[in-house]
Amino acid sequence: MSRLIRMDQTGHTTLAEWTAGDRASEEAAVAAFRAELDQGYFAVVSQGEGHAEQVRELPLEAPVVILRRPIAGG
Amino acid sequence: MMAVVDPLPELASVYWRPRATDHRLVRSGRLWTLSAVAHTMPLIIAAVALGLVNPVTVPVGLALVAHAWAIPELYAARGANVVRRRPPSSGEAERVALGLLCDLVGHSSRELHGRTGLVLERGGLGTWLVGEAGALLVRPGGHRVNCYCVKVADASMPRGDRIAHLLLALRADEAGFATVANLAFSGAPWRLRRRLRQPTREALDIAVKAARKR
Repeated sequence: MSRLIRMDQTGHTTLAEWTAGDRASEEAAVAAFRAELDQGYFAVVSQGEGHAEQVRELPLEAPVVILRRPIAGG
Repeated sequence: MMAVVDPLPELASVYWRPRATDHRLVRSGRLWTLSAVAHTMPLIIAAVALGLVNPVTVPVGLALVAHAWAIPELYAARGANVVRRRPPSSGEAERVALGLLCDLVGHSSRELHGRTGLVLERGGLGTWLVGEAGALLVRPGGHRVNCYCVKVADASMPRGDRIAHLLLALRADEAGFATVANLAFSGAPWRLRRRLRQPTREALDIAVKAARKR
């Protein structure tokens, strides 16, 4: 089962879970994903130590998709 | 890590900055050193000249030398501040955030974070130490360290999440990360080391050692 999680004040929140091939759960995850992007979050898929990929569409095959807030120089 | 598929979206907010490259980091490091010399040398020259002209002015000369010594130290202190640990937020959120961070890093980085609050990450530009409100980049060879002030805008987030934000951005686009971040100090690791607190010194030593192997 794949997960869409958002880093927030609680540590993180699981926004959606889906199973590949289950259309209903996939569509719900895609809707949740787009809603968060509209709120200003960026999506990242961790690809093991040292690697991560930014995504603009929900990769349904990824085990975990993480939503992060923008960063800025202090 | 240097082969970027998709640049950081945050680069749009610093569109006037040229994208960081190895060459640009070398150049900015040299400019930083030149700036430090330009700040301190006039004071040292004046101190020597005063002493030669009239030995009575030696106390004034000593005050000038003290100023010349203090200026680079102040810059180094500014650099050290980027990795200073802040008080943790509420226990449960911190625990959850730490769990996610630990999933993102390897065993040795996890242990280092437990001791020092910093996560070590090897990149194309050097060896990074990522904290909750900034990062240190030890350049290959270990002779220079850059201190970057960079953070997630939401200060209410747990420490673990703040580090995870920076780590994911760094991994996604290292050069973009170095471009978005503000350079607070660039200089010799020994100068920065003196301004760091003990656990952070250990992390810097490990990063310098890793950078020397490259």
